[in-house]
Amino acid sequence: MSWTGKFLRIDLSAGTVKTEALNRDWARQYLGQRGLATKYFTEEVDPKVEPLAPENKMIFTTGPLTGTAASTGGRYSVVTKGPLTGCIACSNSGGFFGNELKNAGWDMIIVEGRSPKPVYLSIENETVEIRDASAYWGKTVWETENGLKADHQDPLLRVASIGAAGEKGVLYACIVNDLHRAAGRSGVGAVMGSKNLKAVAVRGTRGVRVKDPDRFMAVATEQKKVLADNAVTGQGLPKFGTQVLMNVINELGALPTRNFREVQFEGAHKISAEAMHEPRPTDGKPNLATNGACFGCTIACGRISRMDPGHFSITSRPQYSEPSGGVEYEAAWAMGSDCGVDDLEACTFANFMCNEHGIDPISFGSTLAAAMELYETGVLTKEMTGGVELKFGSAEALVKMAELTGRGEGFGLELGQGSRRFCAKYGHPELSMTVKSQEFPAYDPRGIQGMGLTYATSNRGACHLRSYTVASEVLGIPFKTDPLSTDGKAALVKAFQDATAAFDASGICIFTTFAWSLENLAPQLDAACEGEWTPEVLLEVGERIWTLERQFNLAAGMTAKDDTLPKRLLKDAAKTGPAKGLTSGLDKMLPEYYQLRGWTPDGVPTPETLSRLAL
Amino acid sequence: MPRVTLKLFALLGARLPPGSVANATEVVTAEGTCVADILSGFGLTDRECHLVLLNGNFVPVDERASTRVTEGDAVAVWPPIGGG
Repeated sequence: MSWTGKFLRIDLSAGTVKTEALNRDWARQYLGQRGLATKYFTEEVDPKVEPLAPENKMIFTTGPLTGTAASTGGRYSVVTKGPLTGCIACSNSGGFFGNELKNAGWDMIIVEGRSPKPVYLSIENETVEIRDASAYWGKTVWETENGLKADHQDPLLRVASIGAAGEKGVLYACIVNDLHRAAGRSGVGAVMGSKNLKAVAVRGTRGVRVKDPDRFMAVATEQKKVLADNAVTGQGLPKFGTQVLMNVINELGALPTRNFREVQFEGAHKISAEAMHEPRPTDGKPNLATNGACFGCTIACGRISRMDPGHFSITSRPQYSEPSGGVEYEAAWAMGSDCGVDDLEACTFANFMCNEHGIDPISFGSTLAAAMELYETGVLTKEMTGGVELKFGSAEALVKMAELTGRGEGFGLELGQGSRRFCAKYGHPELSMTVKSQEFPAYDPRGIQGMGLTYATSNRGACHLRSYTVASEVLGIPFKTDPLSTDGKAALVKAFQDATAAFDASGICIFTTFAWSLENLAPQLDAACEGEWTPEVLLEVGERIWTLERQFNLAAGMTAKDDTLPKRLLKDAAKTGPAKGLTSGLDKMLPEYYQLRGWTPDGVPTPETLSRLAL
Repeated sequence: MPRVTLKLFALLGARLPPGSVANATEVVTAEGTCVADILSGFGLTDRECHLVLLNGNFVPVDERASTRVTEGDAVAVWPPIGGG
């Protein structure tokens, strides 16, 4: 408790299903989900494995609080070696799938090998079968999920699946569950496709046991009140979602625009949270239909959007006339300002496409932005793009390329290789806004200095969810720091990285950290799980996870030279806003960061550090 | 009489005058007006104004009463918010 104590091992090459007992010592050291699955993965997989080879494995993993009454306790992750990055990949998703897997009695599923034909994994509590999925190969995520529910005659079946993008090796293909929640980054969907695994369908009714039910319910209820009473998690996120940041980051001069050439977007308001609430002049209805919550979540930040029925993109798409997963801030930025597009409906349409076909809107939008810059500079021509004018600001180009990439067709397949490979192919690697081949999220490191170090050192390539220093540098949580200064940012990034790893390992959503710290998480874990869980223990677990991920990446061939940023951010100063004249001060932060981590100047953990962390 | 753009976002948007566009309104101020004067003029308390930016630069709560505005400035305000 609160681990189920067992997991599934699925060998797709042999077609076998086995049950194994969870290693309790590892659970005490790595907690669960991101931590525990990474421990299993690094013990079993050669770091130099080719990500799309059968020898790579993928782990669907829950945390100890997944499936419990803790707020937001519905998370699961997919851990593998990422085909986009060549690094350890851990993509986290909400929705209801994680809860269902845990309630079926499984902490994890380790998937190995490659099936000779398309299959899906059917789990109904302890009844687990590898089933033929030939009828679903080539289908979209939405068709697959709805089809499997009909086949099983069970509307409560929870499905995580891939679309054609994952089948065809789009390197930022997602695994989508519950129609519009996704294990989104690093291409975990392409790994699933390489294994001929179309879907995992789960029904679980066994319940989740906790160590001390009375104490757990008391502390979980108390912590839900903390979330409800906090203005961010109780009011701001439910009402406006993450999209509220669009205007904030634009005012700050840190909104990457047109492939990071600029840091402010003149059309930001049109694609913002506030705009999603405004009635459209065409039909009098707002883009936002309602908010939505994942399993057990008392925040409900999700955006459910209804498209304008008169918008040019939707006329031949009746399935998009129903409310569905709308743009969050990252998607709105990547497909909006980074591409110079200020058409909220087009962004919503492209987001529906990403959900239906299973691609990461951040990597897609960022890769398209790079392609648009190549088009504007004449490197790409209309003949090369299949007749599409890839101009910055073109909503038509956005929706067309979202479909082609999602379906893995035509020029979309080229975009599907990601920004680094795409830009290198056309002779301009400097235009790829990536770290370790993964595309940046929505914060320009020239205007928010801590995020430069965050991106450069992220173990899964550029990512905001590994140390969200925006919370401190912009929002003042837990304390305010100056976004334009590099002072103290090394320590800030390390603290965020370690704490975030602990949250990710618990089965809880990272958005709780706008109101919670490890002080709020620890008593819930302590009441639910065997062992003693204090904030200090959790911080050590977080640091251990971070260092283990780093060790894997170093063994995979990464070096300190990969802890860097594109030249544009290091050499070209911001042109407007508060950061005007500034570049990223990564060189001032990185050596201090290595030192604080107990790593050598070359970014390698010292023997003393490894010993301290029992690695 | 400096003219300043006041932008109220998220839940504070409801405090803008009717007809405001893109969450912004123009405020004509007296010489020497400070950020705090503008906020109080709209009935906004320090507690409500979690994040205040003057031309994109953060204005701490204890400096709002001493930070003067000039012609063409933009004051942008948010209640407590989060994102990701």
